[in-house]
Formats: sequence, C-alpha cells, structure tokens
Amino acid sequence: MAVEQGNQAGAAPPEVKPPGRAARNRRLRRVVIPYLFLLPFLVLFFVFLVLPLAYALGISVFESQLVGGTVFVGADNYLRAIGDPDFLGGVVRMLKFGAFQVPIMLGLALLLALVLDSGVVWFRTFFRLGFFLPYAVPSVVAALVWGYLYGPDFGPFAQLAERLGLPAPDFLSDSLVLGSIANIVTWEFTGYNMIILYAALQAVPSELRDAGAVDGARGWQVAWYIKIPLILPALFLTAVFSIIGTFQLFNEAQILQPQAPGSISDSFTPNLYAYSLAFTNQQYEYSAAISFAIGAVVVVCSYVFMLVTNRREVGE
Amino acid sequence: MRSESSAGRLTRKDFLKMGGGALAGAYAMGGLAGCGGGSSSAPVELTLWAWLPDFQAQVDMFEKAHKNIKVKLVNAGQGEPEYQKLRTALKAGEGAPDVVHVEFQYIPTFKQIDGLADISEYGANDYKNDYAAWTWDQVSEGDAVYAMPWDSGPMALLYRKDIFDKYGIEVPTTWDQFAQDAEKLNKADSGTYLADFPADGGWITGLAWQAGARPFEVDGTKVSINLDDSAIQKVSEYWGDLVDRGVIASKPGGTNEWYRSVANGTYVTWPTAAWGPVFLEDIAGKSKGKWRAAPLPQWEEGANASSNWGGSTLAVTTQSEYAEEAAQLAIWLTNAPEPTKLYTTKQFLFPVLNDLLESPEFKNQKFDFYGGQAVNSVFVEASNNVGKGFEWSPFQDYVYAQMEEQYGAAASGDTEYSQVPENLQEKVTNYAKQQGFKVD
Repeated sequence: MAVEQGNQAGAAPPEVKPPGRAARNRRLRRVVIPYLFLLPFLVLFFVFLVLPLAYALGISVFESQLVGGTVFVGADNYLRAIGDPDFLGGVVRMLKFGAFQVPIMLGLALLLALVLDSGVVWFRTFFRLGFFLPYAVPSVVAALVWGYLYGPDFGPFAQLAERLGLPAPDFLSDSLVLGSIANIVTWEFTGYNMIILYAALQAVPSELRDAGAVDGARGWQVAWYIKIPLILPALFLTAVFSIIGTFQLFNEAQILQPQAPGSISDSFTPNLYAYSLAFTNQQYEYSAAISFAIGAVVVVCSYVFMLVTNRREVGE
Repeated sequence: MRSESSAGRLTRKDFLKMGGGALAGAYAMGGLAGCGGGSSSAPVELTLWAWLPDFQAQVDMFEKAHKNIKVKLVNAGQGEPEYQKLRTALKAGEGAPDVVHVEFQYIPTFKQIDGLADISEYGANDYKNDYAAWTWDQVSEGDAVYAMPWDSGPMALLYRKDIFDKYGIEVPTTWDQFAQDAEKLNKADSGTYLADFPADGGWITGLAWQAGARPFEVDGTKVSINLDDSAIQKVSEYWGDLVDRGVIASKPGGTNEWYRSVANGTYVTWPTAAWGPVFLEDIAGKSKGKWRAAPLPQWEEGANASSNWGGSTLAVTTQSEYAEEAAQLAIWLTNAPEPTKLYTTKQFLFPVLNDLLESPEFKNQKFDFYGGQAVNSVFVEASNNVGKGFEWSPFQDYVYAQMEEQYGAAASGDTEYSQVPENLQEKVTNYAKQQGFKVD
C-alpha cells in the first residue's frame, strides 16, 4: 500500500524498482508464509508421529529384562518376530479376514453408492445419513453393543433361537468369532466407504450417462460399463484404506476378549499382540519391533495390491 | 518529506514488546514468589491413588488428624487399568503417586520393578501384630515392609438356600459331596448348574491355594515355579471333569451374562471371597433373602482349609518425595480405629486388623440379604484358616493372562483341563527365563 511519493511536478517516471529490501522482504514472506500456515500441523505431526516412531525404532534394538536391565541386541527382536508363531498366526488370521471381509464390504458399499446415485431412490439424504451413521458410533461402543447382541445366553439372537426351539448360535466360538468380528467391522465401515464412492460417482460427467441412456443401456449396464470404470481410482483408494485397517484390527478383539477368552487370545490380531506384549508381558522393546513388523506387512500388502491394480489398469 | 515516521508514536510492535516484557516480568516474580513461599510451614501435598468408593470421607479424617499434610485422592482406575498407569509412570520416572492402592497379588510384581518403598524405617513394624499374620507375611520380607494390609478376601461358599431346599441338597462339606450335588442338581434341572467355572486367574488361584498349591517361591532373582504341582493338577482335573460331564458351566465370569445368570438362579453357588456378599447384593437384588454363606468344601473330610482371593494394601512408591509423610498416610488409613471401623460398615471391606476380626459387633452383624445370617463370622473363620506361606510371582499379570488363555481354551474344547497345568508351567517357565530369572 505504498503511496506514490513523487510529489514533484513533472514527469514521475514509472519506476522499475530494483530488487530493493522491500521487494526481497515481500518475496521472502511469500515463500515463508505458507509454511507458517503448515507449522501447527507440522509440529503436531512431528511430536505425535515422528518422535514416537523414532523412539519405538530406537528401543526396538534393545531388550530389557525384569532381571538384568536393558541390553543392546541389534536386529534380534526382528528376527524373533519373523519366527514368532503368535505373530505369524495373527498375520495369517488377518489375511484370511481381509480376503473375505474387504471385498464383501467394498462390494456392499459400491452397490449402495450406485443405488443411491441411480436416482430411483427417494429420500436419498436420509439413506445417506443412515448408512453413514454406524461410522459415527465410536468403535468401542459398537463392539460393546455387538458383544451384547452376540451373547449366547441373553442376547437377542439367542433369545430368538430359544423361542424357535433351535440351539443358540455361539457367535463367539472358535469357528465363528472371526466372522462375527468381520460382521461388526463391515457394519461400521460400509457407510464410510459408500460416502467416498458416492462422492466419486458425483464426478462422473452426466453426458456420459446420457450417452449411455441414448445407446439403450439399462441401469445396471450403465453402472457396470460406465460408472464403475470411472470411479476405479476411488475404489482402489478405499481398498488400500481397508487393507491398512484390516491389519490394525484391535478394538473389536480387545473388547470382546472377556466374553470369549477361549476364542480370542492375546495374539488374536498382530496389533493386539503388540499391545499385550507391552502391557501384560512388560516386553516393551519386542512390542516395538512387532509394531514395525506389522507396518512392514502393511506396506508389502499395499504395494502388492497397487502393483496388481496398476497392471490391470494399464492392460485394459 | 518521507511519510510519517514511526518516531514518537507507539506502534503495534512496541506495544507487543512491552506487553511481552511485562508478562515475562510477572512470570519471573510470580515464580520467585512461589519458590520463596516454600518454607517449612507450607503443608506437604501427597497424591493417593485408590479405587475404593466413597473414600474421601476417610481421607478427610486423615487431614483433620494431620494438619500439615494435604492429600489429593485420585481414582486412577480399578485394578489392571491403575496398574498400567502406575507401571507407565514408574518407567517414565515421574507421575507416580505417593501412596498407591495395590492388591496383595501384585506386590512382588511392583517390588520387582523397584516401585514400592520399604517403609520399615518409618516405624511400620511397630504395627505388625495388629494385622492377621498371613497378611503381614504377604507385605513384608524379613524386616522390610513394602505395603500396609488394608482389606482381604478369605474364601467361603455362597449358596441359594431356597434352591438347595427345593431339590433336597445338603450344604456340601467336601468337594466330593459338591460333585455329587452338582450332578444331582443338573439331572433335576438341566438349565441349572451348581456353579460356573470361569477362566478367571485370581479365582482359580484361590481354589488352588486352598488345595495346598504353592506355585511360586521367590528369592531375589531366583524363582521356583510349580504351576503343575499335584494340588493345581487336582483342582484342574476335578473341575474339568465336572465341566466335561456338563454338570458345571464354563462361561466367562465378570460379564453381563454372568451377572444375570447369578441373579436368576442359573448358578446356584458361588465360591467366593469375603467381598463377594456385598458384591452379590449389588448384582442379584431380586434374590434377596435367599442366599446363605458356608465354609468352602474341603478336600479332606474334617479339614477346614481356606484361602484368599484379592484383598488390597496401601503402598508407598519409590517416586514419593515425602516418603515419611506418605508412610504415615498409608499406616494411618489402614490402622487408625476411626477410618478402619468405617471400612467395614461403609464400604464393606473385609478387615485385616485382628481387633476388628475378633470384635463381636463385626462377627454378629446380621445381613438381610442373607436371611439374617451373620455372614461375617463365616468369613472370619475362613480368614483364620487361610493357608500360610503362599507367594506370588514377580510377573503376576503374565501368569493371570496365561491362565485365562489356557482355561479359556479348555472351556472351548481346544485343550484338556488336565493338560492346562503342564501348559502353564511351560509358558511361564520360558517367560521367566527370558526375563532373566534363574528358574528351578
């Protein structure tokens, strides 16, 4: 807001200011100010993510014993993790879990998003909110409520079965517990994924749909041939999120454990295993190594998934 | 002429500089004042972590009796959650309270990580004879005292008199008789069980204690592990056999479903600790007047062995800066007549002080919920018969977690009950070795 100073009569030549201090300051401000805006986030990111990660990495190369204190052991903890049957069992269990639960959940989310987008449904907003509501329920609360629903003596399903004279289904038995937890997770996250896919569908240009309609494509054909291919990036995004989330499974297993101590052991999921290593076994360093091992597994799985899907995209 | 210079006028920058300076000055002064005020007349402030309900009244009594000590009472969680916080604080080197509520079974665990201070130098041993002998055993090692006994949980049997009468069952005095009663009851009504056998580490340990088990012997960094001794094997096989025959249930304890089953008479007895009766009143209100208490069934005809489940102490942590005052707090709250008498009537804690245990007033107190029976006397008898010489491991959370996993697996059929003690022995021995203990 520099006011023109030249009050001299006569020609005041439009100055081409050489890069004086003022201009340099302005340029400096332009470069620095965006980072100042980012600063709060960067500080929190550093303090609550980078520092703890570095700390965990640091302690994972040590081992502390109740008797004998802390010793440097190098990569021993990681080698132990690779051969640990509890850890590997948990990983395999999560692979099994993810192989079924993720496609079912995303398929359901996709179906709901397509149906909502197709325009044949009234009260769209109501349904959108309704499907999204389970995601707004804290997962601890959801696990507690489902734990009650699954109760073999007093849960509603058990009572219904009793009324019909059938044996009460034991949802938390060895054979059914993984499916029961998959049910809870699907209930929680289908709405969330549906919103992402629905938003992606909104970006599909209407000309394409109209073109399809003109060509005589019916509803499901429009969905299959036009809409889905165009929202594939969003679909892959939700798939990667789901893969990451699968390996982080913790809340539901921990909340249901008191009700099913025989089916849900301390190493039921890798994340639960890391937790109990730290807080029950007091093996903090090994727990840190397991945490990084889980991270490595997640990275590998995500990478493999993206490789596969990229190839398919290019191939088509 | 240049535009107005900033000379002679307060700009925003100047104002901020002045304000900042003023603030900084105020901080410095305030800080100094705070430090300066710390003369010997300022009261000592202690932090006390305890989960006993309605405890503030007794804490206030302490403050009235000790004008120079202020106590901040914090409920940091009941049991495991509080222990996790305590462990975190101890590992971090700060944040632990001065006095903390620790159950008997966790004393060696916190002693191991150097969390409990030895308060014998503050005169704790003067009060040794006030407490039931077995409780003092649990908190002391030679002359060193690591905690003050607070309340206990000697075990006895609570049963539904009306259901016993209905099916013609006599109160069992031996475990053999208990087994026969279980079968008789379940045959008469297949939806009712004489008891539940949950995978609860503390409870099962209590039963094994009564049978004579002594799973741990700790001597510094040497630990003797006998989780597969004959007593534990006997208990596992006994209950496992009853569960396998279907006459005893094996549902998890402490869940909503379990409370409802107890309340509606699905489980007809509950071998439990002295804090059980009041607990039962809370969860089984409908069956008021129908319960009674009796001594635990015995393994040998005519014996009268009992054991303990739970019970807690107040301990001074090694992080306390005022160990002497903290010791005073722990001792007074567990020993002075004023608060301790109140524990039995206000919070229904089962006492550890000999005076209270022997007082006729306490023993003869009638409970409506138990049809007017003087339930306390049954548990006082049990307290006198708690087996001596029982020790806990220095890694009790690990042991409990393994017990829950193994007995849980047995309940769902993944392993045999008779196999559990051997599995436990293997797992805990490996863990102890890994943690650097010398195991024999």
